[in-house]
Amino acid sequence: MSIEVLLKEFAEISEHPRRQIQAFKAEGKKVVGVLPYYAPEELVYAAGMVPMGIWGSNKKTISMAKEYCATFYCTIAQLALEMLLDGTLDDLDGLITPTICDTLRPMSQNFRVAMKDKLPCIFLAHPQQRKPAFGIQFTMDQYQHVKGELEKISGNTITDEALREAIKVYNRSRAARREFVKLAGEHPDVISAVSRSAVLRSAWFMIKDDHTAKVEALNAELRALPPCDWKGKKILTSGIICDNPKLLQIFDDNQIAIAADDVAHESRMIRVDAAETGDPMMALAQQFADQDYDILLYDENSNQNRRADFVVKQIKDSGAQGLVLFMQQFCDPEEMEYPYLKKALDAAGIPHIKLGVDQQMRDFGQASTAIQAFADVL
Amino acid sequence: MAKEVSPGVLALRKVVEDVYADAREAKKQGKLVGWSSSKFPCELAAAFDLDVMYPENQAAGIAANRDGEIMCQAAEDLGFDNDICGYARISLAYAAGKRASRKFDPETLEYVINPASGRPLKDENGKVVMGEDGKPKKDPKTMQPYTVLDDIHEIEALPETTEKEIAYKNFRREAIKPYRQMRMPQPDFVLCCNNICNCMTKWYENIARMCNVPLIMIDIPYNNTVEVHDTNVAYVRAQFDHAIKQLEELTGKKFDEKKFEEACANANRTASAWLRVCDYLQYKPAPYSGFDLFNHMADVVTARGRVQAAEAFEQLEKDLAEAVKVGKSTTPFPEKYRVMFEGIPCWPKLPNLFKPLKEHGVNVTAVVYAPAFGFVYNNMDEMVRAYYKAPNSVCIEQGVSWREGICKDNKVDGVLVHYNRSCKPWSGYMAEMQRRFTEDLGIPCAGFDGDQADPRNFNEAQYETRVQGLVEAMEANAENKEG
Repeated sequence: MSIEVLLKEFAEISEHPRRQIQAFKAEGKKVVGVLPYYAPEELVYAAGMVPMGIWGSNKKTISMAKEYCATFYCTIAQLALEMLLDGTLDDLDGLITPTICDTLRPMSQNFRVAMKDKLPCIFLAHPQQRKPAFGIQFTMDQYQHVKGELEKISGNTITDEALREAIKVYNRSRAARREFVKLAGEHPDVISAVSRSAVLRSAWFMIKDDHTAKVEALNAELRALPPCDWKGKKILTSGIICDNPKLLQIFDDNQIAIAADDVAHESRMIRVDAAETGDPMMALAQQFADQDYDILLYDENSNQNRRADFVVKQIKDSGAQGLVLFMQQFCDPEEMEYPYLKKALDAAGIPHIKLGVDQQMRDFGQASTAIQAFADVL
Repeated sequence: MAKEVSPGVLALRKVVEDVYADAREAKKQGKLVGWSSSKFPCELAAAFDLDVMYPENQAAGIAANRDGEIMCQAAEDLGFDNDICGYARISLAYAAGKRASRKFDPETLEYVINPASGRPLKDENGKVVMGEDGKPKKDPKTMQPYTVLDDIHEIEALPETTEKEIAYKNFRREAIKPYRQMRMPQPDFVLCCNNICNCMTKWYENIARMCNVPLIMIDIPYNNTVEVHDTNVAYVRAQFDHAIKQLEELTGKKFDEKKFEEACANANRTASAWLRVCDYLQYKPAPYSGFDLFNHMADVVTARGRVQAAEAFEQLEKDLAEAVKVGKSTTPFPEKYRVMFEGIPCWPKLPNLFKPLKEHGVNVTAVVYAPAFGFVYNNMDEMVRAYYKAPNSVCIEQGVSWREGICKDNKVDGVLVHYNRSCKPWSGYMAEMQRRFTEDLGIPCAGFDGDQADPRNFNEAQYETRVQGLVEAMEANAENKEG
């Protein structure tokens, strides 16, 4: 299949998650919504169900969710609740609600209360002390709970064998996406910022086997291309999410390519694989323990500036000339890490801009001006 | 009318003064001083005789001293977004070395007085003295210098070769505002327990980075059930053991079981006395205002492991028993309505919060902090369970049950809900809680927007309107009951 055809398919899926859910349901599959961050989707897959990532919406407006939320909460969480309340997600069979930030903590309660008698909500609390043995044990205990709840929804027992198989499928998916990120950075003439986002975003709405097959096909096409002589600029994107095609179009219009990313919705979630041998629950817990350099996660060596140093290295390794931080409004973990990110970037002589974003933004005039001006200094 | 101050209240004030004074002294002597989150198990540090300070209590104090804005602004200038918790911003600015200071003339080394400061001058009959401009004259004794931002690192980098330079440097050191929260020693280590919020994790990581000090972390993940599951206890219990090892390495001392048990006994005694003091709000009319409890929180936060805190609360308990006996109350108005105040108060705006309540005869007879600090336990596992149940780490059912319990016990007629811009975990499920209070208890609720530390997020007009609305609803409720 040609690159163009593949990209078109990714774009279609990326823009129509509800259609995807309906198609799965029509095939008799059960679908479980998975909220950010770090939920072990492998368990959903191993239970024979489809995990559906829920990262808010670029098309909805907060209305019914106001009954639960004050205004100063991130729109990703609020719009997830909005879609649960307005019927968009009525076809779901369950919902996993992680609680790793201060918005998701109380929101886990709002989801459960609002969905009472309508949708089983599976609570998940990750440990911040995830690396020591007692932390790994706690992750396993939590995942065990999630597993039990998923089994109730699916009616299937999740065997170790099925879970190991799921881990393989997910490792392969992550590897394919990581390679795609690299190839997209090398071929911005073919993979626009808008297309790149669609490829990565659609992963949340597809059964991973299908998504991986398409990404691997795309990667093969990209690998076969001659090296690209890019005349524009290259940047690293950072933040929770930047999947709005209108916003990303500004980058394409200004010949700014995304060399790599430090975005939760994209690469932060696919950096670490799980072991394919041994106890698969332990493998998933160890995988979470191995997650690092994330604003959401506790750093045992916090008196160093490891995360920011990691991002600086990513920029240098990817050939990016600067960093664009998509600062999700009301995201305090991201905001808390900004001063030290800025410090490391300044020390390394890397220019950056911080763009305030939220999912209800419809007018990107200001962002456009800022991005254009930024391109000029790169 | 000046409020009469009871012996218990005086004792409580002294306890907090001593905590700060002891830490300053410890620092002077070259001993380690730590900073700790308010609900980190203080019993662990006490076993090592460590002096520990509490940035949340400090930030509240700085905000109440009207320096919240300048410190928040200083943090914003360091790159911290104004959306971040006000306590965290104040604390991070402080950790970075920023201080609210008094403006002075570098030549004369005299303070530059702000003409807008100070209280009106009164004559011997208590009448306000008017100036020639027709405006009330200011009492010069109460006038203050302008507030400016300073930086201890800048000060310490100043030269001190000439006498003039030395005098200037010393004066600049002294110009830092003299209240205790602005003179808290910098940390040699930090103790973080994120049971109240995850913001705490990143806040303390930032302090550790800024000051290059070790961080000891107790992670308490959010809990979705009223019970604390054994696996959760095991996780936190293991962290207690881990923290003890880290403290042993830090101090070079062995964990002192006896001191630990002593601190536990004191903490239990303080918590029990605190709860009994809180229970005096059940009397109708209450012998004091719940706003006073906010002031005493400093003791529970900074000194619950000290015997003096337990004794002071027990003294206050006696004072209250006496007040009830003679029918006295420190509330400076007749109590017409009783409400629960939900959330942390807006520290920079306490008088503004109080004003419309006083006008309408609304006494705060229930605050969520009452059960929130009542850590009572008999052994290490129970201690884990106690610390697991912080205000923002519990599920909605537990949160509602705590609140409805005190609403019933303390006989409230309504609930005033602070939607606190600084506190996402606290405000995050308040709308649902409000619905439950009204449904379960048949009492009206009113919410207002504010902030625990940043005065820019409080709208006085909105607050007054909401209090007015609550009063009308409580009035209608009372009429219906009588009717």
